[in-house]
Amino acid sequence: MAQLNMVQAINQALAYEMERDDRVVLLGEDVGRDGGVFRVTEGLMERFGGERVLDTPLCEAGIMGAAIGMAAYGLRPVPEIQFMGFTYSAFEQLFAHAARIRSRSRGRFTCPLVVRTPYGGGIKAPELHEESTEALFCQVPGLKVVVPSGPYMAKGLLLSALRDPDPVLFLEPTRLYRLIREEVPEGEYLVELGKARVARSGGAVTVVAWGSMLERVLKAVDGYDAEVLDLLTLSPFDIGAVLASVRKTGRLVIVHEAAKSCGFGAEIAATVAEEAILHLRGPVLRVTAPDVPVPLAKLIDHYLPGAQQIRQALDEVLQY
Amino acid sequence: MPLESIGTFEIKRLGVLNERGEADPDLMPQLSEEEIRRMYELMLLARVFDERAVALQREGRIGTYPPILGQEAAQVGSAFALSPGDWVFPSFREMGVHLTLGFPIAQLLQYWGGDERAQKAPEGLNIFPFCVAVASQIPQAVGAALAVRYRRDPAVVVTYFGDGATSKGDFHEGMNMAGVFKLPMVFICQNNQWAISVPLKTQTASPSIAQKAIAYGFEGVQVDGNDVFAVYRATREAFEKARGGGGPTFIECLTYRMADHTTADDAGRYRPPEEVALWRERDPIARLERFLEARGAWTPQLRVEAKEKAARIIDDAIREMEDVPPPAPAELFDGVLAALTPRQAGQKKGL
Repeated sequence: MAQLNMVQAINQALAYEMERDDRVVLLGEDVGRDGGVFRVTEGLMERFGGERVLDTPLCEAGIMGAAIGMAAYGLRPVPEIQFMGFTYSAFEQLFAHAARIRSRSRGRFTCPLVVRTPYGGGIKAPELHEESTEALFCQVPGLKVVVPSGPYMAKGLLLSALRDPDPVLFLEPTRLYRLIREEVPEGEYLVELGKARVARSGGAVTVVAWGSMLERVLKAVDGYDAEVLDLLTLSPFDIGAVLASVRKTGRLVIVHEAAKSCGFGAEIAATVAEEAILHLRGPVLRVTAPDVPVPLAKLIDHYLPGAQQIRQALDEVLQY
Repeated sequence: MPLESIGTFEIKRLGVLNERGEADPDLMPQLSEEEIRRMYELMLLARVFDERAVALQREGRIGTYPPILGQEAAQVGSAFALSPGDWVFPSFREMGVHLTLGFPIAQLLQYWGGDERAQKAPEGLNIFPFCVAVASQIPQAVGAALAVRYRRDPAVVVTYFGDGATSKGDFHEGMNMAGVFKLPMVFICQNNQWAISVPLKTQTASPSIAQKAIAYGFEGVQVDGNDVFAVYRATREAFEKARGGGGPTFIECLTYRMADHTTADDAGRYRPPEEVALWRERDPIARLERFLEARGAWTPQLRVEAKEKAARIIDDAIREMEDVPPPAPAELFDGVLAALTPRQAGQKKGL
């Protein structure tokens, strides 16, 4: 089995599905000839032609709107937005239309598309290239939000997303693109959307994380009796898996790289408060970025949660 | 380097039927007597639909409604040029298009009565739901046209919008892509000259909207939007061109919003009555009647009969609409996703 990084795993998933299903069409800025700014779509235009890997003008709303029209017509478009910070110009298309077409037309038109976008901080890039505003998208009914945490998960989740009948926002943790290599089967395997994964078993405290924070959490919990849940799908998130783990450990720490207020951790904490508060031995703690805009490189290490903050939270909650 | 001209352009305005109802024989499109009578009946149907819808809103029987009064030629004339299999991405003020294409009338009223189930177009009729967010349907139409071409289908995609939409970014992004990819599309702008209280001159400094197409690399034409023959001719030609691989066309139908923006608006607050009176003289239905009358094919009595026929159709549809039981609370969850999430399933059960 080949050792692949996440860029290669995602590329393999796209190629596999394009080979299998001629409805799958990629579109976006620089996705064709250039293979994408992170080379995720490298070689696909040569292999599948310019009609299936479409280099578009620079227009995020236009790309997203066009993907909606393609999906409604019966294709399975995969729009790439070059960085998550540029999805903001496509908000209206995504929120007001992609997420609502099925409901608005009562199923006469559907929107099976996968929006791929690099997500998260720590790559020394310019402003708006390191955003992690996933919670904004999780507030929208009708839209699924998926965040892989490594190459193996990325391929299996992407194949599932590409076959999902509804729109999926697929957030690719940029910092992990080439950081981790894993064994990735060449052929088909699916990782079910909406299911979390126990990345590490433990009994004293549950730590929930996703995306690039998972890698950081797994290092930080060394020496602790911590169970680490890799959420993988944020919307809809695996409520059952979180509750089962919290009922077992009685303690919960949530780690995300987005700002704290109204971050996705708040949703998890509120759900646990509703469903499992009597199982808790101590407060639910969130380790997050502060409520400030994502800074540039000089301050990013003070913004992103680090191993020390994660251990502090574990130490605090384990006092109870 | 000398200072040289790198481009000049010309923009055409098409009119077939003048105010007196005289058709230019060179420009008159090929239409049978039967087709012309059908156009007339559809315009009257749209007029009666509109009158009844406004009345229903005033009586509290439907919700806020955006009138189409005065735009019947632009809507019926353009939709008349569509073929089965073509795709339509409307805004929310094209009920005349829906009526021409045979969208169930009761469903149109049901939607404006606040029942979203009515947005489900019948199978075989490729009309996208009403798009309330101005101009956002335009890039979606572009995507459908990309799919048409990818599939090598004979269909053409048409999108409708108003003059206000042409100020928005989605208009630019959609027009730009259509030009770059030379897509089988027709853009129909109903320039009714008012976006709620904002008149055209505040909307754009461009002398015509049609000329904007030139910057995107394809043809734009202005047509007299109150001349059903001109609208039909321009649209049919644009469709033929698109079907033949000739790329997109932009059609500006110069017309006028005779009524308020919606039933919640009072246009008397912001526009001069003389202007409205001037456009009332240019009523598209009256103009077609003058044409028919000169050919001995119309009398005032014919209008009475045709209007009665339209009224019967609309009144039947109103009864049908009012007989539809309201949606059950659980229908809130219909079609949000292909399958309910566990949390949605619990919420639905708890209703």
